Amino acid sequence: MARYLAQRIVAFIPILLGVSILIFLMIRFVPGDAIIAMLGTEAGMLTEAQRRALEAYFGLDKPVIEQYFVWLGNALQGDLGLSVRHGAPVLQVILQRFPVTLQLAVMAMVIALAVGLPLGILSAVRHNSLIDLIGRLFALVGLAMPNFLLGTLIIYVLSVYFRILPNSGNFVSLTTDPAQNLGQMIFPAITLGFSFAASVMRTTRSAMLEVLGQDYIRTARSKGLRDAVINRRHALRNALIPVITIAGVEMGYLLGGTVIVEEIFALPGLGRLVFNAISQRDYALVQGIALFIAFNFVAINLAVDLLYTAVDPRITYDRKA
Amino acid sequence: MIAKPELALERPKEESLLRRLLRNRSGAVGLVLVAAFLITGLLGALGATPYPSLEQHPRDRLKGPSETYILGTDMFGRDLASRLIEGAANSLQVALLSVGLATLAGTTIGTIAGYIGGTLDNIIMRVMDIFFALPALLLALLVVTVLGPGINSTVLAIAVVYTPIFARVARGPVLSVKEMEFITATRCLGLPESRILLRHVLPNTLAPLIVQVSLALSWALLTEAGLSFLGLGTQPPRASWGVMLSESRGLAELAPWLMLYPGIAIMLGVLGFNLLGDGLRDVLDPRMRGRM
Repeated sequence: MARYLAQRIVAFIPILLGVSILIFLMIRFVPGDAIIAMLGTEAGMLTEAQRRALEAYFGLDKPVIEQYFVWLGNALQGDLGLSVRHGAPVLQVILQRFPVTLQLAVMAMVIALAVGLPLGILSAVRHNSLIDLIGRLFALVGLAMPNFLLGTLIIYVLSVYFRILPNSGNFVSLTTDPAQNLGQMIFPAITLGFSFAASVMRTTRSAMLEVLGQDYIRTARSKGLRDAVINRRHALRNALIPVITIAGVEMGYLLGGTVIVEEIFALPGLGRLVFNAISQRDYALVQGIALFIAFNFVAINLAVDLLYTAVDPRITYDRKA
Repeated sequence: MIAKPELALERPKEESLLRRLLRNRSGAVGLVLVAAFLITGLLGALGATPYPSLEQHPRDRLKGPSETYILGTDMFGRDLASRLIEGAANSLQVALLSVGLATLAGTTIGTIAGYIGGTLDNIIMRVMDIFFALPALLLALLVVTVLGPGINSTVLAIAVVYTPIFARVARGPVLSVKEMEFITATRCLGLPESRILLRHVLPNTLAPLIVQVSLALSWALLTEAGLSFLGLGTQPPRASWGVMLSESRGLAELAPWLMLYPGIAIMLGVLGFNLLGDGLRDVLDPRMRGRM
């Protein structure tokens, strides 16, 4: 296991390096020069000497390859540069906002699993029944409903029929006032978790259906085991493997895909941060966030691999004959 | 010089794909929705709308659905139905262009990587892995950052996200097909490699690709609408379902139809491509039949 873990971590290094090169190059391809991007129209007031001094300060006078290695070297030491708009180190700005996004993603995941798993299991166990039909309709709607539509609808219903404005007032963190915080986060989390619940339901249902058709389930049934025991102990355990994959992959997407939901509900998370950084041309920040999210995404994929062993003892990563 | 052997065997009669698709419930519903979407988009592209989509009727602002304006008007008094039809053309244009680009690029990359194999395959697929390490929406946002907001950037952003996916989908079947005996036979016949690849390997990889195209189109619709909703995709005053939905925020209480109809349009479009994709998978891949 330790050996496998080491192998996987080593395998991720080239991917992360590749991602850093990709992100670095993309930002370098942004038209216009970085000084103008930072200072806006005021850049026109710079004298030639001032401009050159600034370029030297940010290392822009060096060749691109050297710039990359300087940036990478600093990034490895936790220095992602300075955010021009926030006037603070990029990493510090990211870490300030990250808890909101993480909480949102975790809550969305809990909602998705709480809805998707039981519905998927019931749909499979009662194949072609009314509940199966409802479950499948839910999955179809969930996958077709974009989160910006659901979010807008939720705000509309809440404000018109219940006179609640979920995105008004200042954001309160979980540690300051848990109750108020959960009140602010629950609707964004539902919005984000809805389509995720649909994909969990679909995956659970099809995995359960496949497992329930296997010979060993028939054997268990002919031994006289009760359906509840068969479903829980024999079927669900095996059906969970693809569900874990989906949940893991989606968790990664949730962390990188909260932009729209945070924007609609005015939550100060990473998604809104990157959106604002893009519109304000704060490229060091865009670069930093992209790298941060990619790192999490890759780490989550590794964690999912390791989770498999916990669920399915047949999968071992140690090479024994 | 060996004469080409003639095929004496008659092929078993196969039902057409369309017919099989129509007998599949998901496939049939998906096909109808997609057809309706295509027709609407075509009407929009031809400008066959009740009113010009940009024409403002200052006296009829925020009017509800009526005989004059069947789906109502927006805050500039523009006819919502006309804008929805033009929005369909816009979505269709973005989706077809982006997925077309991604299919072409991804299939070429994946097929070549799989067919040639070895170091080249390894390098290409590792580069594709890099793109997989970024969540799709973030990657799309980065592309739009570089290129600036607009419809062309949206097309490229979606294409960049989907190219590695198509490369992976195309490569898998190529790997197994190229080891099969009939490929060895074509080689024995002395056919040029390019012909073997295009005429004998590629057709056998089509089934998973077709399914993927359908699903990619649904994602493209969602992403175009999402980016436009954020103000990074299609730019107003051009009609896009995402822009229309974004403009409806804050007016929802006064004019709920502004939110309702673009929302329904997006959902039906996405649903159509999803169902069509499911149906195609059932029909083309017998192993998956009846599972979902």
